[in-house]
Amino acid sequence: MEFLTTMGLEVHCELSTKTKIFCSCSTEFGGEPNTHVCEVCTGMPGSLPMLNEQVVEYAIRTGLATNCTITQYNKFDRKNYFYPDLPKAYQVSQLYMPICQNGHIDIEVNGVKKAIRIKEIHMEEDAGKLIHDPWDDCSLVDYNRCGVPLLEIVSEPDFESGDEVIAYLTKLKSILQYIDVSDCKMEQGSLRADVNLSVRPVGQTELGTRTEMKNINSFKAIARAIEGERKRQIEVITDGKKVVQETRRWDDNKGSSFAMRSKENAQDYRYFPEPDLVPIEISDEWIEKVKNGLPELPTAKKERYIAEYGLPEYDVDIITGSKYLVKIFEKATEICGEPKEVSNWIMGEVLRMASETSTEFEDIKFNPDSLGKLIVILKNKVINRNTAKEVFEKVFTDDIDPEKYIKENGLEMVTDNGAVEAIVKAVIEANPKAVAEFKGGSAKVKGFIIGQCMKQLKGKADPGTVNKIVAEELEKL
Amino acid sequence: MDLNKLTALEAGKMIKNKEISVVDITKAALENIDKTDKNYNCFVTVCHDEAIKKAENIQKGIDDGTFTSPLAGVPMAVKDNMCTKGILTTAGSKILTGFKPFYNSTAVERLENAGAVLLGKLNMDEFAMGSTTETSYYGPTLNPWGENRVPGGSSGGSAVAVATDQTYYSLGSDTGGSIRQPCSFCGITGIKPTYGTVSRYGLLAYASSLDQIGPMGKNVEDVAEVLSIISGHDPKDSTSFNNEPLKFNLENNVKGKRIGIPLDYFGEGLDSDVKNSVLEAAKKFESMGAVVEEFNMSELEYAIPTYYIIACAEASSNLSRYDGVKYGYCTPNFDDLTDLYYKSRSEGFGMEVKRRIMIGAFVLSSGYYDAYYKKALQVKAVIKRAFDNAFEKYDAILSPTAPTTALKMGENLSDPLKMYLGDIYTVSVNLAGIPSMVVPCGFDKQGLPIGLQITGKAFSESTLMNMAYSFQQETDYHLKKPVLKTSKEA
Amino acid sequence: MIIDDKMIDYIGELARLKLKQEEKENAKNEINKIIDYMDVLNTIDTSNIEAMSHAFPVKNVFRKDDVMPSKDRDDILLNAPNKKDGAFKVPKTFE
Repeated sequence: MEFLTTMGLEVHCELSTKTKIFCSCSTEFGGEPNTHVCEVCTGMPGSLPMLNEQVVEYAIRTGLATNCTITQYNKFDRKNYFYPDLPKAYQVSQLYMPICQNGHIDIEVNGVKKAIRIKEIHMEEDAGKLIHDPWDDCSLVDYNRCGVPLLEIVSEPDFESGDEVIAYLTKLKSILQYIDVSDCKMEQGSLRADVNLSVRPVGQTELGTRTEMKNINSFKAIARAIEGERKRQIEVITDGKKVVQETRRWDDNKGSSFAMRSKENAQDYRYFPEPDLVPIEISDEWIEKVKNGLPELPTAKKERYIAEYGLPEYDVDIITGSKYLVKIFEKATEICGEPKEVSNWIMGEVLRMASETSTEFEDIKFNPDSLGKLIVILKNKVINRNTAKEVFEKVFTDDIDPEKYIKENGLEMVTDNGAVEAIVKAVIEANPKAVAEFKGGSAKVKGFIIGQCMKQLKGKADPGTVNKIVAEELEKL
Repeated sequence: MDLNKLTALEAGKMIKNKEISVVDITKAALENIDKTDKNYNCFVTVCHDEAIKKAENIQKGIDDGTFTSPLAGVPMAVKDNMCTKGILTTAGSKILTGFKPFYNSTAVERLENAGAVLLGKLNMDEFAMGSTTETSYYGPTLNPWGENRVPGGSSGGSAVAVATDQTYYSLGSDTGGSIRQPCSFCGITGIKPTYGTVSRYGLLAYASSLDQIGPMGKNVEDVAEVLSIISGHDPKDSTSFNNEPLKFNLENNVKGKRIGIPLDYFGEGLDSDVKNSVLEAAKKFESMGAVVEEFNMSELEYAIPTYYIIACAEASSNLSRYDGVKYGYCTPNFDDLTDLYYKSRSEGFGMEVKRRIMIGAFVLSSGYYDAYYKKALQVKAVIKRAFDNAFEKYDAILSPTAPTTALKMGENLSDPLKMYLGDIYTVSVNLAGIPSMVVPCGFDKQGLPIGLQITGKAFSESTLMNMAYSFQQETDYHLKKPVLKTSKEA
Repeated sequence: MIIDDKMIDYIGELARLKLKQEEKENAKNEINKIIDYMDVLNTIDTSNIEAMSHAFPVKNVFRKDDVMPSKDRDDILLNAPNKKDGAFKVPKTFE
């Protein structure tokens, strides 16, 4: 039996505001337990929330960047449940009137374009953290993350493959970073996804029973979780059993998911309007102002790069996929005026170095101007391409200034043709056997001679010049 | 002269004129509490040492001109559901055993900034759920006007402490009548201000959309002065209005004021003495130049169910945070987290609180939300509109505060629904968010006080204060004092 | 009788309250009486009425995104019945 898979995604994204959503405590990551807290974010008796305006602004920005309609009159609701990481025993969220609705994000998988619909985006507060203490066989509660603002971005069940999910998440992450609302650091939990997944036999129109997998925090783990859960459900069905609607936890180490205890599945959240907060009314002017402040988004940028610079689509996809690569591209191009060359450097050396040093794009430290300068230096034939690559490694790892570095290390090419000629002559003289072979008609000997010359020149010569002089000198024989 | 019998403003004047020091008046008040409160149980906590220390500081502040309020140096006490920094705050519940907040409620903070001396924390129905002050974990408070009578509630401690001259004034909170009904039962003056007039920051929430703090005192002048100190915008409370603190210029003048008497409030179930006193009061206003007119307000019958649905729903959520983990009572023996939650909460809350939490959980639960909670929010709009319509014609509505005078102790505890019905005249005011004031207007045949409820449209505190002030200029009900038992007699 | 045994157990579970058998019977009766009484609301037509959570139209109350010092950890933990290493201590709980 063939099966179809249908998935929907709920993505939680921590906003990069300075303070929490309802109090003035810092949102800074880390810190000793319970040191970024006050009576409000720990829900002490009598405390009241006061909404951070920046959170609303970021939510509007996100909504506009994902083609949503902004709900101009929206409100907060309480979601009630007991858990030690939730000190008020309710989470302030938005159920009845979320701030953004009916958007979409365009993705492309294997050349096929598709729009993934966004059902809604709502604002809410993050919960705290439970740390297991093996010595005391207890759990310790740290409320530092409590009240950090979150956006929950809920898609429609539009995904049919893991590749689509990854493409969507990649695009969403890049948008959120472009518009500066989140750093999307998955390892710190500032971007995490819940996947709703169901399978059904081909031919069946009605969707199968879905399960939800919570808080998976890397793209690779998500891909594995989807594949694992898909297989599990198919097995259940082919065994003649029924898939149970439940929340499952994906254990990426074991490579399997397990059902969470049924108690946690009994979900009756008793949502009702949060009486401690007042409604939010977003005027046309406010929306217009946020719209005007939005930077150029990935899709528009991609189209412009192709039209304006004639860059290959594949390269543009990679570069515009990350606001950090875009920054390198735009800065370096500004310096050297060679977009194609910059693009080649990014696709070649930048990606290679990032991969070799396991550096995420957002953690790339070097000044993009240096790449531009290096390209100018290369164009002016002060150094050759091999040397340039070596210099770039230094730029990437130590953020050195290429001009200064080349000077200090004497890497400039030998531009005196007389000096090159003298070395070529000396090499020919020192290799009579090779010369004899050349005369005997072996053309590859030329390469050997050039290699020897470059060695003598310590690589600091224009390969074209060396090539030409070697050819001339050999002709003379 | 018996210092404790002075009004708050009289006491403030003596302090200002250096006829008495803040320390001496504080000491006298504390001595009086030690002597009197054994018989009434108004105080959950008396701040003996803190009050004297505070009094010394405030005296300095008055001497150097820091404190200029007419109430500077005057001792007061607050209901035990308002956070007081470093001082036990219990909301009358076992579940808050030992809870000492590290922050002040805004209302208390504002009084302290005006030079008030906090004598202690006042008894109340557990989490303000009740109309008798019998549901407190710290035992019932007794009404000084009659043997074995309840003081009303939930701010019963706040009312009795004023009525027995143990404090010059107090703060109460009113979610469905909890300031007004005890004022009526104890023969004192108080106001539930417009929702959003006094910050709720630091008030242990019962029903957030209805809760409002207000002053309770010996006469209108005192109550007006306290309200002017505690009102005004608070950047910590999103629901507090962006208004300046209230200022009152009291004058004895009700000429031309249009007063409505809602006939539906005078029907079945209303005690005849109460009815007569209130109608007498209306006549008094008429004789003073007001225009009194009867009208119909049939929405009254929906007020109690609407109120209890909303209040219980919000309470079920507000009280979920009391779980034995972060503060307060924690069960000594538990198997796991779930067991700790169940036991701490089941052992920590009293029966009335549990009942309301469960009603609240029910009306919000899946499948019932629309039929109960949403419906109640719609009816709330209907009730608000009925008041809006009434206030197009009238400056104020006169009514009884409660259907009866103070009940016998234990009478309502066994029948919660009967107790809820006693809130008939007060709850609709909270639903509409409007201000409402209570002044003594007579006594029943047994000598128990009767309170007149004067209700106005949003932000009409000045009108209400003036009417109440005028009434007190022409009557002396508010001057009558109960005969107190002292510990010697007990 | 909308509140039957199953329902009283269910709302007890939602509210994390466990009543003794006799309390439960009592609560069931009282709550049923109260809920019955609440049904008077069904006599009023509200089909065209917007649910009103706040009596007054206050809106857009915001705070600026400026960091203020957090509170002292000792204060936060002051009233905690069980604490360890600067954190609230609870029985072992798996996430």
